[in-house]
Amino acid sequence: MPTDGRYDYALREPRLPRPVDTTLAGAAIDLDTRLGMYQRLHELRQFEKRAYDLFLQNLVKGTSHLSLGMEAIATGFGAAMRPDDYTFATYRGHAHALARGMDMGQAMAELLGRENGVLGGKGGSMHLTDVSKGMMGSYAIIGAHLCVANGAAWSAQMRKSGQVAVAFFGDGTTNIGAFHEALNLAAIWKLPVVFVCENNLYMEYTPIDVVTAVGNPAAGRASAYGLEPVLVDGNDPDAVFLAARTALARARAGDGPSLIEAVTYRSGGHSRADPGKYRPEREVSAWAGRDPIPMYHQRLLGLGTPEARLSAIERQVADAVDTATEFAKAGREPGEGSLHTEVYADGGSKWRN
Amino acid sequence: MAELTYREAVAWGIAQEMRRDPNLVMLGEDIAAAGGVFKTTVGLLDEFGPERVRDTPISEQAIVGAAMGAAMTGIPVIAEIMFSDFLAVCWDMIANEIAKSRYMTDGQVSFPLVIRTANGGGVRFGAQHSQSVENWAMMIPGLKVVAPSTPIDVIGLMAASIRDPDPVVFFEHKSLMATKAEIPDGEIIDQLGQARIVRDGSDVTIAALALMVPRALEAAAALEADGISAEVIDLRSLVPLDTNTLLESVQKTGRFFTVEENPRLCGWGAELASIVSEESFWALDGPVIRITTPHIPLPAAAALEDMALPSVDRIYETIVKSFDAR
Repeated sequence: MPTDGRYDYALREPRLPRPVDTTLAGAAIDLDTRLGMYQRLHELRQFEKRAYDLFLQNLVKGTSHLSLGMEAIATGFGAAMRPDDYTFATYRGHAHALARGMDMGQAMAELLGRENGVLGGKGGSMHLTDVSKGMMGSYAIIGAHLCVANGAAWSAQMRKSGQVAVAFFGDGTTNIGAFHEALNLAAIWKLPVVFVCENNLYMEYTPIDVVTAVGNPAAGRASAYGLEPVLVDGNDPDAVFLAARTALARARAGDGPSLIEAVTYRSGGHSRADPGKYRPEREVSAWAGRDPIPMYHQRLLGLGTPEARLSAIERQVADAVDTATEFAKAGREPGEGSLHTEVYADGGSKWRN
Repeated sequence: MAELTYREAVAWGIAQEMRRDPNLVMLGEDIAAAGGVFKTTVGLLDEFGPERVRDTPISEQAIVGAAMGAAMTGIPVIAEIMFSDFLAVCWDMIANEIAKSRYMTDGQVSFPLVIRTANGGGVRFGAQHSQSVENWAMMIPGLKVVAPSTPIDVIGLMAASIRDPDPVVFFEHKSLMATKAEIPDGEIIDQLGQARIVRDGSDVTIAALALMVPRALEAAAALEADGISAEVIDLRSLVPLDTNTLLESVQKTGRFFTVEENPRLCGWGAELASIVSEESFWALDGPVIRITTPHIPLPAAAALEDMALPSVDRIYETIVKSFDAR
């Protein structure tokens, strides 16, 4: 195998983050919203770091896809969405579930495969769902849930409920057929739906630009569906919040879908099995320097928030994660009774008389 | 009383339910203005309007995905997939998303939706527009599978499928579209999971589905002349499956045949054969025999397709031969 960037992606020219847009400090976002987002960033970060620790202890089995480093997107949208809006996420969905208010203990218990998990252990890491919070599911085969989000948006449109459906997906999804079917249908039916591409620059183990015909996998496709290309700094919660607010308002006004490309980077590999060694070291370290949490910490300090208030939030989250972990560990293994339930709407799995 | 064709019964059944439930909507390719390529949705746009009867692009994943998302947020939906062969284009949506999400979420979501599709051969459309694919759906936990053989059953089972809280794949047979029947006045509502004994008999049990039902009946009439009394069961739904009716019949006759339009391997009859062998073994007086299309893609030429699909003659001869083999 030739040892150059064509085949060894770690030798490619690194794709470096853009600098922080410091003018966003002056954006019209109230302090309570910002402090809420600061807390949320920490919840997502600390929850997933704990989940990773629990993998290492072999308490979490199977696979798991973390969004460490990408938390600003779920955070910004979570803060901008109405409680009855719909979220559709991918297998990388822990952050989106928590950002809609899923109970951390129930989420952690689900990762541990316990009876007290939010899905009773039947779904696991890749399928976190809490309909009571508008978290309509995490879908583990890419593309499908964009079409499903359309359906929820269609339903909201017919019911005139004012709800918006938001579908989050990775850059890799932009190359599957369902993405294009979903965008087209949403555009022609003017559905109240927001498509959010979390472009972390890699589709699993391959740089997205190597396998995509346009430079920006989502924004570069927007014009094909009569949509404006929207590119946003996915590592800045304020930037995401503002873009979300605009797109949600557009959808609620009956003006149809939006396609947002939020550029970000995952701190780790694609999944538990992946150390992410296909990425240039300089790229990884540069993006580590654009971690949303220290940046936001600095921004809040700059806006006059006392350090003590921020560290109190951090401590509070740490306690909550500890409590969630204890709740999860205390859960029982699911019993055989639940194995056969909820295949059909009568609660059972009976297919014959 | 009205005399309706099978194709007219489809629109009749849908209209009955759309009048009952103002939330019920439908979507699919060419279903609105064109009335469907099989003319099974004629008149629905006029009566219910473009918001409830929606034409879509050729986007099967978008169609079924939209049905799923609407159903899980409180809007019951009928989605049409023009040819059942095209289910393969959106199979992820059906087999992985719709069928599994209730289970994966431990019952948080429901899918009151029907996926209607034109199924089966006999119309010389070749290998990609003629398949009988009920078994594709039958093998996925979470789906229900219905295939009516008469206009009245089209209406009654359509109503039952629409009112069912689970996702139903509803197979309409292309070669039955022109068959006619008198339809009684008033609402028609049937039940899923109930097979029907369409001919009583005492020597053999024949289980059939959709187009194979009239063929099995014709073969049974010919067998009668040879002194073989055949009981014919129209299964009507594969999931839920009415095993009671099957097993009771086999207890009586001691011989069991399936007539399946699908290619041989893993056709629905294989499951029935397994159930009958396991649960009625001591009642059997001969081997369980499956009469199927050979394990080939369906050819287009009339002569070839006629050789492939189970014919009245083949059903008759197979059963007679099984007696001769004693």
